[in-house]
Amino acid sequence: MSMWEYANPKRFMGWTAPVLPWAFGAAGICLSVGLIWGFFFTPDDFRQGSTVKIIYLHVPSALMAINAWIMMLVASLIWLVRRHHVSALAAKAAAPVGVAMTLIALATGAIWGQPMWGTYWAWDPRLTSFLILFLFYLGYMALWAAIDDPDTAADLTSVLCMVGSVFALLSRYAVNFWNQGLHQGASLSLDKEKNVADVFYQPLLFAIAGFVLLFFALVLLRTRTEIRSRRLRALLRKEG
Amino acid sequence: MPDLGKYVVEVLLAYGVSVAILVGLVAVSWRQSARMRRALQAVEDRKHG
Repeated sequence: MSMWEYANPKRFMGWTAPVLPWAFGAAGICLSVGLIWGFFFTPDDFRQGSTVKIIYLHVPSALMAINAWIMMLVASLIWLVRRHHVSALAAKAAAPVGVAMTLIALATGAIWGQPMWGTYWAWDPRLTSFLILFLFYLGYMALWAAIDDPDTAADLTSVLCMVGSVFALLSRYAVNFWNQGLHQGASLSLDKEKNVADVFYQPLLFAIAGFVLLFFALVLLRTRTEIRSRRLRALLRKEG
Repeated sequence: MPDLGKYVVEVLLAYGVSVAILVGLVAVSWRQSARMRRALQAVEDRKHG
């Protein structure tokens, strides 16, 4: 069977129904382990004190804010090339989840920034590109809501998604491109010297896995809702 | 409860805001899903008599 057949709405509803509880369950377990371990059982950082505990929320949410947009970009490209409705609906379903992740990253970053930098906000390359990404998310959702014809909405939001991808990439690499501003470089690195210490790294991995799984579960759930909504509209149109 | 020292407000606020957003998102998504399932079921039942 071709992988594209999984994107058939009926087949998608079939395979996602049993996966959904497992995805939410695994997300809950990973999030609980990561956050409880990080909050209760890790030491303070010698420079940042107890604010280092914010890393278990800030890094995974920032990671998912960018990756959610990348997932939306891939789904949008699939829609534009192959016209699979489920891919367009999956992109639409992912946007509110991406907004929530971006909001958490911005909020926890501001709360963390005040004691460390002496300010909640600075027009730093990474912070600014993240704020623009947040605005792109809102614009993307507004565009879906503003257009009645779902195929036209999917086409136009796909184009917007491609434009916004520039800022998703800038959010990720802003620190490397400009090498200035308050925000530090990536917390996670294959270079052991640059990576966070193991004592923080291990619970952080659980928190990241939790955020990834929660994103996956929420996108499945919300895509199912979008498919039902589309079917409902079609049935109501037939009824006149 | 660990000793959060002078940053107790910042750390608790970050956790509070994040957990509230995540719980809210999950709750809204489940509610919308349940509502849509019921609405579709009602129309399909009507269609099939």
